[in-house]
Amino acid sequence: MYASMLNHPNSLFGQFERLRRELDDVFGDSGLPGSIRSVSAGTLPAINVGHTPASVEVYAFAPGLDASKIEVSLDRGVLRIAGERASGIPENDPKVQVYTRERGSGGFARAVSLPDDVDPGQVNASYRDGVLQISIARRESAQPKRITVQ
Amino acid sequence: MSDNKQLTSAAAEQEPRRAVLPAVDVFEDASGITLLADMPGVPKEQLELKVEGETLLIEGAVQPRTPDGLEPLYAEVRVPRYRRSFTLSRELDTGRIEANLKDGVLTLRIPKQAHAQPRRIAVTAG
Repeated sequence: MYASMLNHPNSLFGQFERLRRELDDVFGDSGLPGSIRSVSAGTLPAINVGHTPASVEVYAFAPGLDASKIEVSLDRGVLRIAGERASGIPENDPKVQVYTRERGSGGFARAVSLPDDVDPGQVNASYRDGVLQISIARRESAQPKRITVQ
Repeated sequence: MSDNKQLTSAAAEQEPRRAVLPAVDVFEDASGITLLADMPGVPKEQLELKVEGETLLIEGAVQPRTPDGLEPLYAEVRVPRYRRSFTLSRELDTGRIEANLKDGVLTLRIPKQAHAQPRRIAVTAG
């Protein structure tokens, strides 16, 4: 905090604003419960989870990754996402002066527990615009069925 | 449905929509300033860059890729929009800013005016 104040005095108010918005986002009025595996705001990657009758969709907001180096595994209903991100700042270059360093770099791993009815045999993952989307099919028995009345 | 969308976009033009600040890296070398901004989920068409006077505005909307009937279970990204502005300084050449958006990372290269680049000044003894 103090280091950034000294490096970049203009950003001081920006940081308060950022903090306020993050608190807003965490305690906002969406009413969705937090996860036991949630992490502090700003940790890479942020994760959204949704479901349809046919699938569970996990969105990991992980910009700037090499798609081939993202590891996704599903074990006993827990989806784990791991990867590594290189820093975008040229290191050890005496001619480069760094003002702001907010983007995380290095290795990361996150885990999300999934509903019980997912089918670990049917998982699709795609990476686009910095978002990793993982689609896990739900078992047919869990899908709603129309019952014909005789 | 489409009427509804038009209504909401008209309302949004009157008041700025809520947005989160994207995380950025900013660094400078002899020829200019480089800014990297994390904007995951923003495609090129949804990215807006504006320079007004000495203010640089970066804004992008997350393009939802959600299947029909998706119900949220858990969400950490709740505001699907990024916005952040920066005050530039006069020695930067805003006419020659280069922007590149790849895998949700915006890279902006803001060169310095040619005359503002550092020059070694020869000192002559005598």
